[in-house]
Amino acid sequence: MLDRAPPETRDQSAEATRPVAFRGAGFTSGGSRYAGWIALALVIAIWQLAGSAGWVNPLFLPAPSAIAVAITKLATSGALWQHLSWSIMRIGTGWIIGTAAGVIVGFAIGLSTMARGVGITFISALFPIPKIALLPLLILWLGIGEEPKIATIALGVFFSTAISVYSGVDAVPRNLIRMAQSFNVPFHAIVRRVIWPGALPSILAGFRITASVALLLVVSAEMIGAQYGIGAFVLQAGNLMQTDQLLAGVVILSLFGLAVGKLINLLETRLLHWR
Amino acid sequence: MDLIADHISHRFGALDVLDDVSFTVRAGEVVAIVGPSGCGKSTLLSILGGLLRPSRGAAELRGAPPAGSLNPLTFVFQDFALLPWNTVEENVAFPLLHTSLSAGERRAVIDDALRRTGLTDFRAAYPKQLSGGMRQRVGIARALAVRPAILLMDEPLSALDSQTRELLMEDFVGLLADGTMGAVYVTHNLEEAVRLADRVVVLSRRPGRIREIVTIPMTRAERGTADARGPMAALQGELWSLIRKEAIDAEREVQHA
Repeated sequence: MLDRAPPETRDQSAEATRPVAFRGAGFTSGGSRYAGWIALALVIAIWQLAGSAGWVNPLFLPAPSAIAVAITKLATSGALWQHLSWSIMRIGTGWIIGTAAGVIVGFAIGLSTMARGVGITFISALFPIPKIALLPLLILWLGIGEEPKIATIALGVFFSTAISVYSGVDAVPRNLIRMAQSFNVPFHAIVRRVIWPGALPSILAGFRITASVALLLVVSAEMIGAQYGIGAFVLQAGNLMQTDQLLAGVVILSLFGLAVGKLINLLETRLLHWR
Repeated sequence: MDLIADHISHRFGALDVLDDVSFTVRAGEVVAIVGPSGCGKSTLLSILGGLLRPSRGAAELRGAPPAGSLNPLTFVFQDFALLPWNTVEENVAFPLLHTSLSAGERRAVIDDALRRTGLTDFRAAYPKQLSGGMRQRVGIARALAVRPAILLMDEPLSALDSQTRELLMEDFVGLLADGTMGAVYVTHNLEEAVRLADRVVVLSRRPGRIREIVTIPMTRAERGTADARGPMAALQGELWSLIRKEAIDAEREVQHA
């Protein structure tokens, strides 16, 4: 039989009490949702103030309002869409080709010991090469046109994708694969229902990196040899000392990068809701 | 259907893990495997379930599986091995997707497995939303869905707190009560072994050899009564006396490794 004690009441001792000091503050990973935006707005405001007050030469650093005017003019004249559409076409095509090849090769390396032996050697050897350095060679091989630019982007995207895919496949807990095998689930179904969703977080993280790589390469490639494209526009503006136009191009690139990042966030929210 | 461990030995590289282990799990029988840490209990279970090829010897089946069994040897894993991107229902359905069951039959099997494990109201939940005990129930429901002849349970309660262990142990006793399903139950917990098993295979420290096979002289129903507490405690003591010295040696070996 249980010997139940009555509920305890506070000890009425005459001795004074003091609260236990709280020592658990800080070292948390959370951050304010608006702090970043406020800081950005503050920097822009100071920048604008410096420009309006004449503290900085507008040739070297045009004020945000001048950049906004330049963007508006670009948009209304139609030049913005012309440059942007060329860049998007190059990025889109190069990214899709590089991603498709990277996913196939990454899965092959992740799933086959023979492909791993061969593939990792090649990837390790070729990944560190700055892909933009291959553009002249690609122009020689593919001619002066869109192909070498797209191929440069595809190459840059391919290696990062392949690495993120096989790393993702490697990161799928082996116990889940053994579980599926213990139920006699066929190989293709294990790949589709266990390995693919298990590797998806790493694959999407890879997409985030390859989107930046593609943006970097498209600008570089367009600066080397293109009439249209944001990279070409920025270079032309720089050559003509039109720094407001130049920074307008940079802002557009930044906004484009942000939009792609948001798209990947959306994909992660939809596809990785189980995390 | 019987499951036979026939002179099984195994080594990982230069490390001998199992040495000449032989025993038979008869149809409907629950056999617990106990032994010191690192004696090869889980390795033996993987070999019995066909997930690991033994260095010598073999795991064999004798007799036909029960009618309708979709996976006669079915694992229940220590870490649950649930697909985190699938709901409870999808996890239970997972092993059925590539069987010959029609959609209607599949639904009936899933409903039955969820009902038997008390998960009907949680079918749309994701594993991360469940407690450890509920996750293991999903693992059990998934195993039940394929109508196994023998459950291969690898320390299924070791990742759970003691209260949840007690609740799930009651579930196991209920599921195994009618004798239609056998089990090999790997555990380091002697109380669980004595509560659940018909026989307990005691392995020596690595390389695991059969030290003793102890028969539990009570039905599982009897073990739930107050009168059984004394004899069960005595059985646990007997098992512990078989393992104690080797457990100490094994622990020191691990610390020196």
